[in-house]
Amino acid sequence: MSKMGSNFMKVSFPALSQNESFARVAVASFVSQLDITMDELEEIKTVVSEAVTNAIIHGYDENPEGVVHISVRIEDGVIELVVEDHGKGIEDVEQAMQPLYTTRPELERSGMGFTIMENFMDSLEVATSVGKGTTVRLTKRLSFAKALHN
Amino acid sequence: MSLGVQMETRQDVLVIRLQGELDHHTAEDLRSQADEVLRTSPVRHIVLNLADLAFMDSSGIGVILGRYKQISARAGEMYVCSVNPTIHRIMEMAGLFKVIKVRENEAEALQVLGVAS
Repeated sequence: MSKMGSNFMKVSFPALSQNESFARVAVASFVSQLDITMDELEEIKTVVSEAVTNAIIHGYDENPEGVVHISVRIEDGVIELVVEDHGKGIEDVEQAMQPLYTTRPELERSGMGFTIMENFMDSLEVATSVGKGTTVRLTKRLSFAKALHN
Repeated sequence: MSLGVQMETRQDVLVIRLQGELDHHTAEDLRSQADEVLRTSPVRHIVLNLADLAFMDSSGIGVILGRYKQISARAGEMYVCSVNPTIHRIMEMAGLFKVIKVRENEAEALQVLGVAS
């Protein structure tokens, strides 16, 4: 189905690393109802993985009592992906978004998560509050929708 | 889907072939298996074959750079080969190709490192 229209889905799961692949597959399978290219699908999966991994590692320190929430909305060929945690929040968002910056080098984190999200999506917004959590909102207009708009 | 890690030592080269998905969850498998070989055998170089790797995110970058640091301390080199386009873009964004060399396939990488086929 490639008709323009709107649809949404929501999914929540504990901050367990094995749920990272579940999150990628769940979102990929939902957005596959659109005329999405293989490259776009790979980009979406990567971005979901980055945002969910951030929530699990940095938001919750891998404590499985934390819950990660994902919602995806499709509207006229635009995918809006929201990944939310109620974890510890980010003290300095600007610094966190710098390529190669990481607070956890001992875990061999690359510090590339936000850079990849920015590169693979059209927009990225981070709302965070220390002690309350972080919400990452990303959007991407798919190429088939761009073609229809032109 | 999980990560398959197959390792083979060819002279002083450790060949690591990955299959499946490399993310935060599976990175530890690769880290512990590679480190075990690096600890116990005198390999100098690493060839990372990604032909059967379907997915990788920035957690993969972290674990690859971690192994690079180890072999670089032994004056060794690291090669990646058979990299799919999306993973190639991620590696490029992270500046990985400033330190890690890329080749079309495993045979080419092994040839550069002087391993007879």
